[in-house]
Amino acid sequence: MPLLSVKNLSVRFATLPVLEQLSFDIAKGDMVAIVGPNGAGKTVLFRALLGLVPYEGEVIWPKNVKIGYVPQRLAVERNLPLTVMEFLRLKKASDEEIYEALEAVGLLEHSQGHHVQHHLLHSRLGQISGGEIQRVLVAYALINHPDVLLFDEPTAGVDIGGEETIYSLLGKLHEEQGLTILLITHDLNIIYRYAKKVLCLNKAKVCYGSPKEALNPKTLEALYGANIGVYKHDH
Amino acid sequence: MIINPELLTSLIVGVLVGGASAYLGSVMVLKRLALVGDALSHVALPGIGIALTIGVNPFLGAFTALAVGILTIWGIERKAPIPTEAVVGLIFTVSLAVGILVTPEPELLEALFGDISKVSPLDAAIAAVLSVVVAVAMRLTQKDLVLGLISPDFAKAQGVKVAWLNLMFLALVAVVVALGVKVVGTLLMGALVVIPAAASKNMTRSFGAYSIFSLILGAVTAVAGIVLAAVFSLPPGPMVVLAGAALFLFSLAFRAK
Repeated sequence: MPLLSVKNLSVRFATLPVLEQLSFDIAKGDMVAIVGPNGAGKTVLFRALLGLVPYEGEVIWPKNVKIGYVPQRLAVERNLPLTVMEFLRLKKASDEEIYEALEAVGLLEHSQGHHVQHHLLHSRLGQISGGEIQRVLVAYALINHPDVLLFDEPTAGVDIGGEETIYSLLGKLHEEQGLTILLITHDLNIIYRYAKKVLCLNKAKVCYGSPKEALNPKTLEALYGANIGVYKHDH
Repeated sequence: MIINPELLTSLIVGVLVGGASAYLGSVMVLKRLALVGDALSHVALPGIGIALTIGVNPFLGAFTALAVGILTIWGIERKAPIPTEAVVGLIFTVSLAVGILVTPEPELLEALFGDISKVSPLDAAIAAVLSVVVAVAMRLTQKDLVLGLISPDFAKAQGVKVAWLNLMFLALVAVVVALGVKVVGTLLMGALVVIPAAASKNMTRSFGAYSIFSLILGAVTAVAGIVLAAVFSLPPGPMVVLAGAALFLFSLAFRAK
């Protein structure tokens, strides 16, 4: 039985169709990348999966599924009086579980644990860097051991180095903990490197399958228009 | 200044209402609802006026009017074709206009500016109980409230019933406003929720410190204002607000980075 089953999912804003007749299944332990141009409905798909927007069709999760959600960005006011640790404690979990999650995302290494605790955990949430907030959000999502992680790629505010590590982190969580991950990205290299499957989206489903099979010149043209060149890294 | 039973009663009510208002105010300021508290206090006026005219407890009248007010604002918040603040502006000026017309003249000044020195023992008891209820309810829902103010969608994705939480929060605001009207009156109630929280925000980094410090500053402000008013034989409402303003200026010197 799939972990997630989506059948004929359609979302429209007023009369404007945003997602049309989308159907796919996600198996437990999959790492699926969702790719598509701007305005393809990637974030809207996540919002529908989370029940945040009204939709037609079916989104079937197992009963009591725990979904960890990492939003694209969290507009936190710089001067909001809320420390990183206080933010993590909003999850209503024990400090032990919080530290476990922090360790999983590499924010708490034993050798420098104290250093990190003081500087990051007691900083204001609105004042840490884009890369740090991304890790904190992943840690927040991991706190109660979710069945699936929905990760929406940040489009701005994360430096290249930071981006590289957040994906290797997701890859590690997937490998080591068997965590099911759905991730939105626009970076094809990330897909070739980490994803088992790719769902190409441009309002409707354009392709779905392993990256090597699903991403071909035809599907890429349907996604991004003609004459797109793909430079594929060999790692 | 002689410590008489009346002054003691008003000090107790002042501490509790001032503390509860400021504690709730700490979240209102972050939710950018600071002026909604102010607007709601004006909504209380026609309720007080009608209650006085038909001879029931003004607190009951204030609370009824506020209940109508918050349901209207909550409804508009959920599906607004116009900005909430514009509707809030409309509601509160209309309420003030109606309130001035229906409130009997001798009581109008008291309703507008409050007079904590005239609190009956029954009102004091009601105020004490409700202040504690507000503070406890706020404490219990604090985590979800903070999650909701960071991002309503993020909170919803975590299973927080944001719309109901907002309604409950507005109900707490209505209770606090109805209580505060007794202390500083409808015109100045906004100060009781905003000033201590703003001062506390200057001086704190964490949410825990911020909300508790708001509560303490709220209580201190109320006591300082009431005592100063008694010493100089001035009306307590404006003195409480000015005491708060002094604390705010003081807080600017102790800014947390």
